[in-house]
Amino acid sequence: MSLSHAFFAVIRRDLVLALRRRSEIANPLLFFILVITLFPLGIGAQPHLLQAIAPGIIWVSALLAAMLSLDSLFRSDFDDGSLEQMLLSPHPASVLVLAKIIAHWLVTGLPLLIVAPLLAVFLGMPNHSLGILLLTLLLGTPVLSLIGAIGVALTVGLRRGGMILSLLVLPLYVPVLIFAGNAVQMASGGLPVDAQINILISILLMALVLAPLPVAAALKMSIN
Amino acid sequence: MQTKSTHSLEGKSLSCIRDDRVLFEKLAFELVSGQILLLEGKNGSGKTSLLRILCGFREPDAGDILWCGDAVKDSQFYAQMAYVGHLDGIKKELTVLENLKMSLALSSPGQYSIHEALAKVHLAGYDDVLVQALSAGQKRRLSLARLLITENVLWVLDEPFTSLDKQGIALIETLMTEHCANGGMIVLTSHHDIALHDVDVQRINLS
Repeated sequence: MSLSHAFFAVIRRDLVLALRRRSEIANPLLFFILVITLFPLGIGAQPHLLQAIAPGIIWVSALLAAMLSLDSLFRSDFDDGSLEQMLLSPHPASVLVLAKIIAHWLVTGLPLLIVAPLLAVFLGMPNHSLGILLLTLLLGTPVLSLIGAIGVALTVGLRRGGMILSLLVLPLYVPVLIFAGNAVQMASGGLPVDAQINILISILLMALVLAPLPVAAALKMSIN
Repeated sequence: MQTKSTHSLEGKSLSCIRDDRVLFEKLAFELVSGQILLLEGKNGSGKTSLLRILCGFREPDAGDILWCGDAVKDSQFYAQMAYVGHLDGIKKELTVLENLKMSLALSSPGQYSIHEALAKVHLAGYDDVLVQALSAGQKRRLSLARLLITENVLWVLDEPFTSLDKQGIALIETLMTEHCANGGMIVLTSHHDIALHDVDVQRINLS
């Protein structure tokens, strides 16, 4: 069978699996919504402060929600042996791994994009920055999945890899957080954000090309 | 269908060291189409480690594995082998049919169609049953059905008879005999005595 057929079959299978175990979709999304709705309660009646920190709140919550969902990326495949079968396939493992990461983003990253505008309005973000917020999330959350996959691939063989995973992955998430948060902040103030967006695009393209190779290599090590 | 040309699998002075313990050293074997290699030995003697080295999951600590005379990495090895290990490699939230279609997508179509293979492993009519509803023996037969639907020459089987009943064991023995008659080859570990007639069985005892 052709590589593209295998690629789409992996995406399809993972989406069907996610639909059958709904908690995988619900957990990160629920976390994202809960954290954001708690901030106004904690800060109190200070709409200006809330408005000022809204981009940061949304982006930090998205980042933590992405981290929370990472472990599910390869865990069940590792436990039931599907991962072994995938790596034994004559197709290049990095392409199949990319399919898994894309499916994972569709399940855990895309829902965040859908609820983010609602939560942004809830935090009092100006309407004209909503577009930029969505754009940064669209460019940034796939990077979180791609970079996170490297960490998960390295730690999936460990029984309790959660702590190491956060330590490995969080520093690599920081550039995305800085540029995305900054872009939304500037957009709220009516300033141009081309530079930040361009940097986010370049980070995404780089992650898209460079992440699958170490993920495949790390998975081969992990199933040893 | 398998090609008529013969294939060969050769291990050259393989060693495996695990936690400072030498599991085996200078192990050599050569297998050609139509033959079975049965690995014997007590628990922890390195049977599974050897199979995982064959699959490329582990690097041998010394030695080489050759497929048709070429190093495994430079050959068509992965397109021509199939592995069934301790883990079934099937998703319990997917149906029988969905699982087999996935295996097919990752490999090339082989001798049998999905439905023929299911009939062969006595799972006909289970197409739309979720795997979590199957018994352990049925799951095992399903993971062995994967061998029939994908194109392969070499079967690497780790304890294929686990959780199978007498009929199941007889069934797998028949499938193995057929596979060898068609020019395939098999490397397996087993605690059961396998009753294979008309097949050239090599035995390696790792203890």
